[in-house]
Amino acid sequence: MSSPDPNPAVADGGASAAPRQANPGPSPWEDAVLAAALMAVDPAGTGGVSLRALAGPVRDQWLSIMRDLQPEGTPMRRVPLHVSDGRLLGGLDLAATLNAGRPVAERGLLVEADGGVIELAMAERIAAGTAARLTMAFDSGEVVLERDGLAMRTPSRFAVVALDEGVGEDEGLLNALLDRLGFHLELTYIRVHEAIACDYDADDILAARARLRSVTITEDRIQALCGTAMALGIPSLRASIFACRVACASAALEDRPEVTDEDLSVAARLVLAPRATQLPPMEPPPDAEPPPPEPEEPDQEQNQSNEQQEPQELEDQVLEAAKAAIPAGLLAQLQMGKLRRSRSRATGKAGAVQNAPSRGRPAGVLRGEPRAGLRLNVVETLRAAAPWQRLRREERARVGQPSTRIEVRQDDFRITRFKHKSETTTIFVVDASGSSALHRLAEAKGAVELLLADCYVRRDKVALVAFRGKAAEILLPPTRSLVRAKRTLAGLPGGGGTPLASGIDLGMILSDSVKRRGGTPVLIVMTDGRANVARDGTGGRTRAGEEALAAARVVRSLEIAALVIDTSPRPQPQGRDLATEMGAVYLPLPHADANSLSQAVRATAI
Amino acid sequence: MPIPFPFSAVVAQEEMKRSLLIAAIDPSIGGVLVFGDRGTGKSTAIRGLAALLPKMVAVDCTYNCDPQAGDDALCADCRTNRAKKGPLKGRKVPVPVVDLPLGATEDRVIGALDLERALTKGEKAFEPGLLARAHRGFLYIDEVNLLEDHLVDSLLDVAASGENLVEREGLSIRHPARFVLVGSGNPEEGELRPQLQDRFGLSVEVKTPQDLPTRMKVVRLRDEFERDPDAFVVKWKGKDGKVRRLIEKGRALLPEVAVPDATLEAAGRLCIKLGTDGLRGELTLIRAARALAALQGDTEVTIEHLKAIATSALRHRLRRDPLDESGSTSRVERAVQELFGA
Repeated sequence: MSSPDPNPAVADGGASAAPRQANPGPSPWEDAVLAAALMAVDPAGTGGVSLRALAGPVRDQWLSIMRDLQPEGTPMRRVPLHVSDGRLLGGLDLAATLNAGRPVAERGLLVEADGGVIELAMAERIAAGTAARLTMAFDSGEVVLERDGLAMRTPSRFAVVALDEGVGEDEGLLNALLDRLGFHLELTYIRVHEAIACDYDADDILAARARLRSVTITEDRIQALCGTAMALGIPSLRASIFACRVACASAALEDRPEVTDEDLSVAARLVLAPRATQLPPMEPPPDAEPPPPEPEEPDQEQNQSNEQQEPQELEDQVLEAAKAAIPAGLLAQLQMGKLRRSRSRATGKAGAVQNAPSRGRPAGVLRGEPRAGLRLNVVETLRAAAPWQRLRREERARVGQPSTRIEVRQDDFRITRFKHKSETTTIFVVDASGSSALHRLAEAKGAVELLLADCYVRRDKVALVAFRGKAAEILLPPTRSLVRAKRTLAGLPGGGGTPLASGIDLGMILSDSVKRRGGTPVLIVMTDGRANVARDGTGGRTRAGEEALAAARVVRSLEIAALVIDTSPRPQPQGRDLATEMGAVYLPLPHADANSLSQAVRATAI
Repeated sequence: MPIPFPFSAVVAQEEMKRSLLIAAIDPSIGGVLVFGDRGTGKSTAIRGLAALLPKMVAVDCTYNCDPQAGDDALCADCRTNRAKKGPLKGRKVPVPVVDLPLGATEDRVIGALDLERALTKGEKAFEPGLLARAHRGFLYIDEVNLLEDHLVDSLLDVAASGENLVEREGLSIRHPARFVLVGSGNPEEGELRPQLQDRFGLSVEVKTPQDLPTRMKVVRLRDEFERDPDAFVVKWKGKDGKVRRLIEKGRALLPEVAVPDATLEAAGRLCIKLGTDGLRGELTLIRAARALAALQGDTEVTIEHLKAIATSALRHRLRRDPLDESGSTSRVERAVQELFGA
């Protein structure tokens, strides 16, 4: 969306069509405090807050206000980043169990926080598994425990304050968690002197809680919220549900029996605006029917039009409020960031992190013996042995053996599991055809060798596919042997047609099999892009070119990280087109020295 | 226990709801995998279904054995009891719907030593795990794509054999564990291993509804529920009851539903055209079509039933086709279109 003029005024960014009142509306800080109050009014209904800010006085001030707003006796729990399942969900209390001689359960943080607030430290780095445990408790309203011989279901409803210290667009909260938190606040740009005390206190909150259940909301106001969510391109229905709950909480806080337009604009600012992925279409002239949220409700057709007009006007008003809360320019960034993030998440998660016996970060325990390279987890082993002690003592007494203090047997052994980043397999697809080979193949080989050295440093695997004449073939299946790769490459003959599509197909099939084995493939296509042999081996530039582009699109649809290196003497449009269709990074070889080549590959491989 | 949102009050998502009902009518189909956008009512629907399932007759034993079952589907206790005292007596119990939470440890899933008895009485006794509790019921895994690999492995083993085997320090237990696997997840969080994917009978893709009236309805119903869950559940009781009777009728009708040769042949042709691996796809397709017929009160499986269920039964069994850029859903739809016409 192009803004009419580069006006630095932020609040009026997108609303040039309709002159707005001079009232600048509440400041970001006031809104942040309001969100804290509304969360306190309805903790479970609003889900919580994603608080994006670095540690500092402003965040501390907000947190202390948030804590002060909680009525007396509200449990507040802080969950550290690498919390164990036992502490989070509960489990067997080892010390107490050994002492008491009967199983003693330890309550987890999620259960302890029932009716209160959980603070999630460094939430941007939380593991997907931990987040999933949280979201499950969110969704079902109870904590289900199946651990250490204990089975419990404990109802627990809480709000989460996720402290997101992410910097930059690609660092942030996991989408699954973000989606379940009603408020998304950003405190980064609030200065210290703006962060003043708040007008509400815990008594206001208690009074509002008592009123909350009787607050009503009319049909057209629900419609306004849903319509606004759609106009702002918010896909998840949770956003609309949160907006509705927040509007009710706002009415309860202000002691209004029914949700008013003011409450709607609060919900729009606090819940909908931060989730916007698109700006609503430009405002049409007032008399024209606005296109996107078609007010088509066949059964209400016969009602006079002015009855339909009303929710529409209301929606515009809510939309206005939401728009005003979106800082100009942020949206474009946001959109790009979101796209990039969702893509990298999707490609990365499939195999980027892999289980490994002995390397990487600890990721849970497993029953097993500490064989070669595996590490015994002493505490977990003792925990497993604890319940058996009495049995074993009695067993020993029966056969007349002396009793030991604690008897650990092979069955109790627990080993620590680790996760490490999965290995990358770099797949080179090299054009060895006549057009490419005769003058460029030597250089292409040089480039591959450079990259091979790089792969060696990173302990990556490499594979080599070449295409020339009528078909493509795998010269080297994924290997870690640099020597073999070099030798195969050196012996690569050149000449013949350019069956580009076949080459890409083969590279893609290889990538797919790497992915299935849990690796991360990176596809590097080195070609001049001038395809002239089709998949079936027949000649013809047009068809060969089309097929190559189609093959490239498949690579993109499989979300394989790719790099196209154009080996033609002068960069050709074909090479760039191919890269675009593939969703690949494009790099013309004439400008590609050793450094930029390996940099490009590294960037692609991440 | 928190009150679940009523199944019949879940708006839209017809394919998901239908698939769950089909799995409830014929457990041998092998469960349902629900993959899709966040906030589309995946877990809401599954928890709601659990609340309305008709009760089943079970022996008063740890494993909820079916008194009518053959010896191989009984637990050891029931088998001895029947041999000694004659026919088993049953009672009506709710169908178990067991959650497999992500943090579950292996011993809780497959069963382990009974802690209480070991510590207080010094007895060695087996305490059944989640798999035992899910016998004859549903095993629900939310965020199934995030489940630990070693849990997935033991789960697959049991799901395939219908029996759970525990061998641990003097404990040697074998008990029946036949359950309907229901998994849900969001593809953005990671893909599911093809081996696990294939174990699910039906697979459903859910998307957020894109029209305003539907979205409003969701928000309004949810708001009403949050305000007063008890009153809301009472209000929807009648509709939930209707769904329950539909399941009961479908189950009663299922054995009588005939599958004509023409339908079998059509199913075979469709699977060949799509190149699905093995016979599991074909078998599931027929079973699901039969359950659908039973659900709709029909006594014969027709091409129409096949067409209606083909996408759910086959979309997760296709091999990736390097020459095809479209998703597996549209590939199945296209094949159905080409074979059977519109």
